[in-house]
Amino acid sequence: MASLEVRNVRRVFGSTEVLKDINLSIDSGDFLILVGPSGCGKSTLLNIIAGLDTPTSGDVLIGDQVVNHLSPKDRDIAMVFQSYALYPTMSVRKNISFGLEMRGVPKEERAKTVNRVAKILQIEHLLDRKPSQLSGGQRQRVAMGRAIARDPALFLFDEPLSNLDAKLRVEMRMEIKLLHERLKATIVYVTHDQIEAMTLGSRIAVMHGGEIRQFGPPQEIYDEPADLFVAGFIGSPSMNFIRTEVVERGGDIAVQLKTASGAFALSVPGQQAALRPWIGKSVILGLRPEQISAGGNGQTAGSKVQEQRLTIDLVEPTGPDTLLFTQISDATVCARVRPEHACRAGETMALAFDLSKAVFFDPQSEKRLRAP
Amino acid sequence: MSSAASPAFKRLGDVVEQALPKLVLGPTLLASLVFVYGFILWTGWLSFTESRMLPRYELAGLVQYISLFQNDRWWVALTNLAVFGSLFILVCLAVGLLMAVLLDQRIRAEGALRSIYLYPMALSFIVTGTAWKWILNPSLGLERLVQQMGFTDFTFDWLVNPDMSIYTVVIAGAWQSSGFVMALFLAGLRGIDESIIKAAQVDGASMPRIYLSIVIPSLRPVFLSAIIILAHIAIKSFDLVMALTGGGPGFSSDLPATFMYAFGFTRNQIGLGAASAMMMLFTVAAVVVPLMYSELRRQRHG
Amino acid sequence: MAEHAEVRTAGPRLLGRAVIYALLILLAMYYLAPLFVMVSTSVKTLDEIRAGNLIALPAEITLSAWAKAWSSACTGVDCSGLRGNFWNSVSFVVPAVLISTLIGAFNGYVLTMWRFRGSDLLFTLLMIGCFIPFQVVLLPMAQTLGWLGIANSTTGLVFVHVVYGLAFTTLFFRNFYVSVPQEMTKAARIDGAGFFRIFWRIILPLSPPIITVTVIWQFTQIWNDFLFGVVFSSGERQPITVALNNLVNTSTGVKEYNVDMAAAIIAALPTLLVYVVAGKYFVRGLTAGSVKG
Repeated sequence: MASLEVRNVRRVFGSTEVLKDINLSIDSGDFLILVGPSGCGKSTLLNIIAGLDTPTSGDVLIGDQVVNHLSPKDRDIAMVFQSYALYPTMSVRKNISFGLEMRGVPKEERAKTVNRVAKILQIEHLLDRKPSQLSGGQRQRVAMGRAIARDPALFLFDEPLSNLDAKLRVEMRMEIKLLHERLKATIVYVTHDQIEAMTLGSRIAVMHGGEIRQFGPPQEIYDEPADLFVAGFIGSPSMNFIRTEVVERGGDIAVQLKTASGAFALSVPGQQAALRPWIGKSVILGLRPEQISAGGNGQTAGSKVQEQRLTIDLVEPTGPDTLLFTQISDATVCARVRPEHACRAGETMALAFDLSKAVFFDPQSEKRLRAP
Repeated sequence: MSSAASPAFKRLGDVVEQALPKLVLGPTLLASLVFVYGFILWTGWLSFTESRMLPRYELAGLVQYISLFQNDRWWVALTNLAVFGSLFILVCLAVGLLMAVLLDQRIRAEGALRSIYLYPMALSFIVTGTAWKWILNPSLGLERLVQQMGFTDFTFDWLVNPDMSIYTVVIAGAWQSSGFVMALFLAGLRGIDESIIKAAQVDGASMPRIYLSIVIPSLRPVFLSAIIILAHIAIKSFDLVMALTGGGPGFSSDLPATFMYAFGFTRNQIGLGAASAMMMLFTVAAVVVPLMYSELRRQRHG
Repeated sequence: MAEHAEVRTAGPRLLGRAVIYALLILLAMYYLAPLFVMVSTSVKTLDEIRAGNLIALPAEITLSAWAKAWSSACTGVDCSGLRGNFWNSVSFVVPAVLISTLIGAFNGYVLTMWRFRGSDLLFTLLMIGCFIPFQVVLLPMAQTLGWLGIANSTTGLVFVHVVYGLAFTTLFFRNFYVSVPQEMTKAARIDGAGFFRIFWRIILPLSPPIITVTVIWQFTQIWNDFLFGVVFSSGERQPITVALNNLVNTSTGVKEYNVDMAAAIIAALPTLLVYVVAGKYFVRGLTAGSVKG
């Protein structure tokens, strides 16, 4: 297992800059997620790490060694592809051992490795089948088996689960996580699915427009998004964004909100230093749905939670929670409440706002407002 | 930069490996550049010289083109190409479309019928020409057959009639190529989303109506590629005329391709042959380029 | 009432089906007629041909016309039948087909799996070669073959057919490999396989369908070619299509229609056989070559 470092990597295709000065560094055993919408450059970055693409400038280091000049086969990596890329004319056994054969591993040893890997992935009964005779999930396992057999310094996964149906995806996600814990492998994993990113990664790089917008552990990305894009991209349902004005109310900082029936203000605990320069100005308030819950439970006294009665336009039960939608300051705002607390559409109910974890963004730069 | 710290050179094997794709493609590209593009220029050059039996390379301006367009035989060839080309394309499209639509009606033995319609494509135009030359034989062929059926006044002498000889080429050519157009259309029909047809049925449209207003218009790209290919076959037509009429009687069924062969190779008029070859190239370009362009543009604009 | 309604709809429908089948059968007869005429004429005697008509079945079957067409009919001055020309054709068609298919396969592999800057442009450049009327290259090629010393030789014909067949074979393989996920090549590269190893071990084993299509297409095209044959060969070197044309258009002596027809069938037999055995692939080649080409 090895660490990975990406230094000042740029990639230009013709006149478009697909990657703009990418810098990343992870330790041996880390599970790095590259996440972002399609076209953000994440797959290009993965290909550059693999050696399948060449950076216009910058360096890739695997285990402290610059590998720019090495071809993919000499980088000691293994890769799992979205389409699995199994060799259709070879049996599963051959598929798994092909990479070993190319490296001149003796036959007996290859057989041993294949059996060991098949056991780990529970595909022993499939070894003599052709890829076309396998289900999607089985193909996925074989593709992973091919990677594991090589025992590489670095695993690369390119959206490996996006061709599976929802149920299988959750299963395979768990298996990949278990595998990571068992092999203590260093993994770089590309996905556009933010749930996969949150559940699997030990480090997440959120990419957009050829840049890394934020790089950090999952919880930090979730709680402390660096900008509007990261805040909106991570989390489901998405964070609510409400344009609002910062006001001062008896020494406290508050935000001014309005609804069809009138205006109200919510005071903001903390973040004084960050918000004080913005008094009288317009900012974007970011509030996750779970920070708006049902009010009127008598727990609000003394807590940081503030209540406000609002008209609910739409109710969406998801099972464990019910999502309520209401209109605040021209934004559709989602609240997450327990099903038994939900009202019906068209009714009004008290919602409890917890602004202790609220985040604020500069409407121009879309960057997070931080203390100067 | 930091990359200076790394070994900047690559291993020789990797360098070779990286160049391999280009090396492999190289000979083909070279062949294309020399034997297609180079030879076109070469022929173009020859067409501006006074080359006769042997090629000469002093430029002489447009003499060959002038004499080409003063040549009656060339005008016959051009007129024939217009007549043959348009009829050939029309007949092939009509028959091909008819067969495709008929075959698309959940027919028993569709495979066998399809094979029958298509087998002429496997034949050489020389074989086709030979067969039709016999069938259209003015004394022993179709004429005699119809006369024996009781129509004693029936005459069918197109093969030896200078006014009609070009139409025999249309008959034989359409027989050979219409099955191919059928295959194109059938593939197109099979590619149409069946739910569109179901939706039209639910809307109460009759089957002929559905074909006329929904199915056939959606075959537009197939029409285009069929026309491109047929036009291309027509302009290049050489073997069929050689086998069927030899360009005769006289030169009444000449096409540009037979004209080019006659002057470039048998009558030792290399310059004139080159000029006529260039004219053929321009004709192909004039037909194919606009069609391809419109198709590409349509595709791009969705 | 219900019965009535059924009859009313079933009547026209049945009639419609009958019309469709009648048309289809009529068309089939039209397409088969020349073949029937060829075969029946080829086994008739010349007297019977003169006395009877096109579609009359032969009174007695004789193969003498076939024998003559094969070994003693006159094509121009030479009177040794089509036998020699048949084997001529075989001797240049086989190598030309194999070489152009192999090169086409490599080209298609490069153009899909190893694309480089400008490779799409090169492909377009190559494809234009499918469209030119070959008349425009005949004169320079005749001269070049002379310089190379391969005019009027098997090698010369192989060369010409390979050069002008490459655009098509490349197109076929490229269009086939385009649907093979590129990730497969990437996976094999990471597994440690190189350019040729990936081709032999991964790509080629996937290719039998497209190889069949290409071989059949090239075989049909080159066997049936007349233009290159008539321009670049002469005398006993001529391919069978040229010899057939000479035989039919030889104006000396009595016109022997039965020999003409036997000769035509002999010339057509190899490609017809391929069509009967592998028609499916033949059609695939036709449509594949046309969709993009």
